[in-house]
Amino acid sequence: MTDIEKELRVRRIENGTVIDHITAGKALEVLKILGLPDSSQGVVSVVINSKGRYGKKDVVKVENRELNVEEVDKIALISPNATINIIRDFNVASKYKVHIPSFVEGVVSCINPNCISNSNEPITSKFTVDTENIFLKLRCYYCGRVISEDIAEHLL
Amino acid sequence: MKFKDQPVISMREFSREMIDHILTAAEKMEPIARGEQRSDLLSGKILAVLFFEPSTRTRMSFETAMLRLGGDVLNLGSVDASSIAKGETLADTIRVVDGYVDAIVLRHPKEGAAHLASEFSRVPILNAGDGAGHHPTQTLLDLYTIKRESQLENLKIALAGDLKYGRTVHSLCYALSLYGAQITLTSPKELRMPDEIINDITARGAKIKEVDSIEEAISDVDVLYMTRIQKERFPDPAEYRKVANKLKITTETLKSAKPELKIMHPLPRVNEIDNNVDDTPHACYFKQAFYGVPVRMALLGLVLGAIE
Repeated sequence: MTDIEKELRVRRIENGTVIDHITAGKALEVLKILGLPDSSQGVVSVVINSKGRYGKKDVVKVENRELNVEEVDKIALISPNATINIIRDFNVASKYKVHIPSFVEGVVSCINPNCISNSNEPITSKFTVDTENIFLKLRCYYCGRVISEDIAEHLL
Repeated sequence: MKFKDQPVISMREFSREMIDHILTAAEKMEPIARGEQRSDLLSGKILAVLFFEPSTRTRMSFETAMLRLGGDVLNLGSVDASSIAKGETLADTIRVVDGYVDAIVLRHPKEGAAHLASEFSRVPILNAGDGAGHHPTQTLLDLYTIKRESQLENLKIALAGDLKYGRTVHSLCYALSLYGAQITLTSPKELRMPDEIINDITARGAKIKEVDSIEEAISDVDVLYMTRIQKERFPDPAEYRKVANKLKITTETLKSAKPELKIMHPLPRVNEIDNNVDDTPHACYFKQAFYGVPVRMALLGLVLGAIE
């Protein structure tokens, strides 16, 4: 059995995406970032506080949909150690770690109530991501305000 | 260096080399700004002036700059009488106006408005203030004033007043950090410059110290940059008066200053500079307001591609 199969608390999926090693307790926020389950017709399974090699973790399985890199990299904002497994015919076809993107669009809203991105203009929020130190910082492309704490609270 | 068709949104986009280039161009514009020479550099060009908030100096000096260079100005006029009052978005307003003109000057109450406008506009946007955000042409005219009336190299400058909310002083400090200035700050404790900005500016090369009194701040500096303290920042009017009086500049306060000290102020002033100071060689704020014209002429000439 593969490592992934040993960890399974819900049934294996034939085709789709398994997001593993999500920071414990963050699975529902991951779903929110990915627009799930609304953006998928297949079954979406969520395991919260699963026992992993390095402590507790969450796992999300999305059946019949292979998430693309751009979509999943947004997850890195709240769960930088998550891994993505693309499953085909019950086998792991590819596996990679999420990367913190340098720019995110339409994921979080600006904390500045007077920012133009929080008005009825036909734009989506945009942030540059600063990863120079261990704490992630998002800088609003429009007003320059920085979000450095509780990023998950500002998810759109 | 390419300025043609480039938006002017914030000072963060400007390198020292770019700033120096603009200031040199502004110097050449001065005789035209004073009306001593005529120019048709921007003849046939139209500038839209979209001010969603009140302004005297910025709006008039942009209009003067355009007119002195032979261009024309199209003014939005009162917001209440325009489509904006009907709920039109800024994006739509910009997409309409950019079909009429060659450049747009924008002042808007929301932070980031100029960024948004530049996303939707075919023509260059010049930010004339976006809420508490940026006001780059004010900073450029401040730098020009310092260059003309004092010196930008090895500058010792004191900033006094509202250093917490004043976008002018934040932006000026960022720009002065490019020149390695020595900056002295003095303000009421409620209106101290935020640590985040002090750290940022220090990291960029400026030397910063904070002192308790205006007398101490001006004893050894070339320029004193005063800002207005707004009454509404203080819930208690008595506290406001106490603080405002402590930071007031009079001829008496100036006794400890160097003879060549120049006093700047973005205006409008309330009572932070006594009227008696106006007649001293230290007063520089009305010249500063004039210098807005050659600086904006230079910028318009550059972004419209009439000069390089």
